[in-house]
Amino acid sequence: MPASWERPLLIGGLILLIAFPFLAEATGNAYMTSTLTRILILAIAAVSLDLILGYCGLVSFGHAAYLGVGAYVVAILSFHAYDGSDLLGLPGTTYAPLVWPLAILVSALAALAIGALSLRTSGVYFIMITLAFAQMLFFLFVSLQRYGGDDGLFMFAGRSELPGIGIDDDRTFYFVALAALTGFVLLCRAIVASRFGRVLQGIRQNERRMVMLGFPVYRYKLVAFVIAGAGAGLAGALLANHTRFVSPDMLHWTKSGDILIMVILGGIGTLTGPILGAGAFLAIEEFLPVVFGDMGFELLKDHWRVVFGPMLIVFVLFARRGIYGMLFPRRNGDGH
Amino acid sequence: MLLFIEQTLNGLQLGIFLFLVAAGLTLIFGIMGVINLAHGSLFMIGAYVAATVTRMTGSFALGLLAALPATALAGILIEVIVIRRLYPRDHLDQVLATFGLILFINEAVTMVWGRTPLFLNVPPALSGSIEIIPGVPYPVYRIAIIVAGVLVALLMWLIIARTRIGMLIRAGSTNREMVGALGVDIALLYTALFAAGAVFAGFAGAMAGPLVSVQVGMGEQILILAFVVIVIGGIGSIRGALVGAVLVGVVDTLGRAFVPDMLKLFMPPAEADGVGAGLASMMVYLLMAVVLVMRPSGLFPVAVR
Repeated sequence: MPASWERPLLIGGLILLIAFPFLAEATGNAYMTSTLTRILILAIAAVSLDLILGYCGLVSFGHAAYLGVGAYVVAILSFHAYDGSDLLGLPGTTYAPLVWPLAILVSALAALAIGALSLRTSGVYFIMITLAFAQMLFFLFVSLQRYGGDDGLFMFAGRSELPGIGIDDDRTFYFVALAALTGFVLLCRAIVASRFGRVLQGIRQNERRMVMLGFPVYRYKLVAFVIAGAGAGLAGALLANHTRFVSPDMLHWTKSGDILIMVILGGIGTLTGPILGAGAFLAIEEFLPVVFGDMGFELLKDHWRVVFGPMLIVFVLFARRGIYGMLFPRRNGDGH
Repeated sequence: MLLFIEQTLNGLQLGIFLFLVAAGLTLIFGIMGVINLAHGSLFMIGAYVAATVTRMTGSFALGLLAALPATALAGILIEVIVIRRLYPRDHLDQVLATFGLILFINEAVTMVWGRTPLFLNVPPALSGSIEIIPGVPYPVYRIAIIVAGVLVALLMWLIIARTRIGMLIRAGSTNREMVGALGVDIALLYTALFAAGAVFAGFAGAMAGPLVSVQVGMGEQILILAFVVIVIGGIGSIRGALVGAVLVGVVDTLGRAFVPDMLKLFMPPAEADGVGAGLASMMVYLLMAVVLVMRPSGLFPVAVR
């Protein structure tokens, strides 16, 4: 379909997403609202990664770290609120207007520190150094015995409190996640279209040229890296609230791989692609075993990855530019 | 002090062992330019085949021998069916496709061997220990790994630096088309190279069998460490891979042995164990980060092509 259909399609998709919980409840599939909430949250993480991957050419293999940091900020403050104990002399809290921005801020600070060091390298070395820092954070949370160590931390105090909105209800929480995704995507659109975003795309195309033109390339990349980390922190805060549980597993390198796969699968360098990618990846994970079960393939139901793996390979080999590229094929004479 | 010597030897042994995995990876990654996440899966296949044949025949030597052609075959299949199409693609496509391979191979291995880990004894001929330094008895099997690793490193260096095939490989990595135009079947050369990398991984997996439990997912653990090794050493440099592997092996082993004790000097013991274990696991990544911050292209950067 032509690229000009993207906007109507997005608006249509948003309307469909708004109607979804009611449709799910009407058809007796209320549990699917929770599944879709997870997809919306991870879509935020995928879009944030694509902001640096697709628009700036930075392959960060540690993006789950910022997701985990955001989630742990929420969970640790909730732990202290439930426990009644102090954290650095301050009481814990579950008050969302305080906790969520704090989660985003801490993730952004982590991204600032890691990015400042990592951006000195490039290419494969950059992939590996971001992975190294993410692994360090992974082991840091493993070693924090007080917050559950290996086993993770349950949020006994429940979800964060939003003034005037009770998000303990799954449907309400779904709308909070949808609003967060919509807001974040709109913000990213503005960033991409701005002068700042144009410079990032210039860096991706030809970094040396941008240096020669006098742009402080390192600083541009670092700011983009921090924004991406903050976005993942937001996703982490929501994810902790969604499951009411955090564990070091959220920061494991395979999770960073998952987010990376979502972006590549959906289509790099677009903001719609990563959302589609997150949806496709998580929907396959959720429903492929079920589908095999319904079709009577018991062996494949247990071992669905034996099909999913080759699916990914075939997809890479034959569908360039991901799902987005399949929906909006490039034509000769198209601008980009 | 004796403990320190023993742990340093253990670190050296882990390092040599990592080199076996990293050497194959550096061939594929450094020379052919493919990020092959499935390299750890070949390691795992080697371990499973060796463990199974050893159990069937009762001979570890046969198990080890069987792992080599099995992983070579697996490598050839993977190269011909998937990897071959990825050479002209960018790294991200390679990451996605080889991630797909990991999912497939892990699940296929689970279907064949089940989820219970296999355990393998050290072969009788290599069990026991000898005193290499007075007062430090050291297991023969670990010495065997060190010797095997050093031999493989030598063999590899000889082939790459001293033979015609090595020359073609080096030339092919610089300019594929040119070597092809000289009448060399470059596709065949690359398949052979990939198979060789697979055999290195398989050999390491087979040797690892008696030391660790053979289970699904064992490949990914070692894969990340192998990537750390070649990034520290400098991508594409065999010498860098050797130095990086020994460095990583020693730092990891000494960290695990001494960091918790050092923390106990100024922390309650219970807490020191927890934090120490975490900190010890972090050491390798800390090493990589420090190396890359100081030298952004590794310790032995290969000249820019």
